[in-house]
Amino acid sequence: MVADRAFLKGGRLGAGFWRLEAEIARILAALAATGAMRVEPAALQPAELLLDLYGEDIRARAFVTEDEGAELMLRPDFTVPIVRLHMAAGAEPARYVYCGPVWRRQAAGSERPREYLQAGVEVFDGTAPSERDAEVLGLILDALGDAPVRLVTGDMGLVLAAIDGLETTEARRRALRRHVWRPHRFHALLERFGPLHGAEAARRAEMLAAAGEGRVAELIARAGHRVGKRSAGEIAERVAGLAAEARTPALPQDAVDRLEAVLAVTGSAVEALGQLRGLARETPGLAAAVDRFEARLDACARRGIAPEGLAFEAGFGRTTLEYYDGFVFGALAPDRPDLPPIASGGRYDALTRALGQGRGIPAVGGIVRPEALLALAGGAP
Amino acid sequence: MILRLGLPSKGRLRDQTVEWFAARGIEILRDGSGREYRASLRGVEGIGLVLLAAGEIPRELAAGRLHLGVTGQDLVREGIPDWPERLAELAPMGFGFADLVVAVPTAWIDVADMSDLDGAAADFRERHGHRLRVATKYHHLVRAFFREHGVADYKLVDSQGATEGSVKNLTAEAVADITSSGSTLRDNHLRILDDGLILRSQATLFRARSAPWDTEARRALASLCERLGLPDPGVA
Repeated sequence: MVADRAFLKGGRLGAGFWRLEAEIARILAALAATGAMRVEPAALQPAELLLDLYGEDIRARAFVTEDEGAELMLRPDFTVPIVRLHMAAGAEPARYVYCGPVWRRQAAGSERPREYLQAGVEVFDGTAPSERDAEVLGLILDALGDAPVRLVTGDMGLVLAAIDGLETTEARRRALRRHVWRPHRFHALLERFGPLHGAEAARRAEMLAAAGEGRVAELIARAGHRVGKRSAGEIAERVAGLAAEARTPALPQDAVDRLEAVLAVTGSAVEALGQLRGLARETPGLAAAVDRFEARLDACARRGIAPEGLAFEAGFGRTTLEYYDGFVFGALAPDRPDLPPIASGGRYDALTRALGQGRGIPAVGGIVRPEALLALAGGAP
Repeated sequence: MILRLGLPSKGRLRDQTVEWFAARGIEILRDGSGREYRASLRGVEGIGLVLLAAGEIPRELAAGRLHLGVTGQDLVREGIPDWPERLAELAPMGFGFADLVVAVPTAWIDVADMSDLDGAAADFRERHGHRLRVATKYHHLVRAFFREHGVADYKLVDSQGATEGSVKNLTAEAVADITSSGSTLRDNHLRILDDGLILRSQATLFRARSAPWDTEARRALASLCERLGLPDPGVA
């Protein structure tokens, strides 16, 4: 037990450990093939940064501790620590490879590992994004070798472009963009802007009437003694926003349908391209994202990754940690339900903007789980 | 072995627990001066009483150090995330009612439900540069509830007492707290959201699944259940 590690019995001792170390060396060599340098970020990271990026959910998923009044977090992944490191020290372009443990809290009673290894590559390079996407996918596939995985790709850029192309108010687009990673809430918002628009206005009848008659300040004052940091001005501002939303015609059903159709695209990447081309003809703003999708497929083909063999699911990546905003991929082990995805990754341009105080760096990366990969190669558990 | 029954050691919860058992013909006697946390039970054989703070009882049950215990459902659900695997509810007791609710300032006329709270949180974060703070001591339950409702841009701040005052004190913008009548919330100019009920809780007699259920403990449980008019849980 003590010598076991995630997915690998005896992986901390003797032959099991040697075998893992050799596997890690092989994976790192494969991931560094395009010239990446080795990096090791600190295991303890400032919690505030991660909490600010991911919100409360990360607190339930990461181990938090305290030192001299500051909260620290055991890194739940490598991407954010490496972005920090790059922003502080790096010059572009830069490529990094790494391997080390990450720590995740699991639900009580869960047997999923709390500590496991990630080996990965991160590419910070603003030139030819489709080439960089294909480069990272190629490196990860090389590291996976002939492991029996099912590769799935997606593209958050298509989803975001379809939202941006909605012919409606910026407030609605912003609300939808904000919840693109929470499919349930996203769908509820679409309903409120669309078929349930009338019911939504009815629910707020009193407030909307007050807004129409310029009595908002009075309604706020009548609602009781105001406490807290949120000012009457802020409340009135949101009331004005809700009134504007109520006046805006409901999102037409065909616009809702088109957006849902983009989210529902699945098939081989080549089939998906055909479907997306069709949708782009009637969905404003989607064409440019489909062009980027096609350019990525071409770049993959040039690197020997056949688009015909790439599975694509437009919804893939919507339920992961919310930082991927372009290409996403995952390598699943369908015959081994006891194992997590063996590899995963994607593009996270917006994350670098958030961490760089507006100074963004286009970036894409991916990770392999060496322990899970070895366990997969070793056959049934 | 003797069946260990954990009871709340103080306050209204203790008194109501004693009354509840008395109404079912089981007398709980306090030994000594009344300050001593010791008691015995008359009416059923083979049961030993352990007096503990209600907040400690869920943990003792989960660890199997108590066979049975009386505590609030809110404390069990918050403290033992996988409680259905570890505990079973033998009998809801009809007192200690408490609702865990999400409440915001009454002046927030734009916020009627959780979805509004999410919208307000987005605006708030943009304006103030930090997430909308929700004061609570029920971190686990509140986080799960907010996730279920798809609320983003909030942050929980810990509050172990007088939570309803945290908005007035500018340490939070909203609260998630226990209320029985809602009057404390109203006194603090707070209003419960339309869909802001996280949990309806009451004092409950729990059974620990992993306690050492030997023949003697099982026999004591069977006779206790008979006295209480409960079906024998037939511990496997």
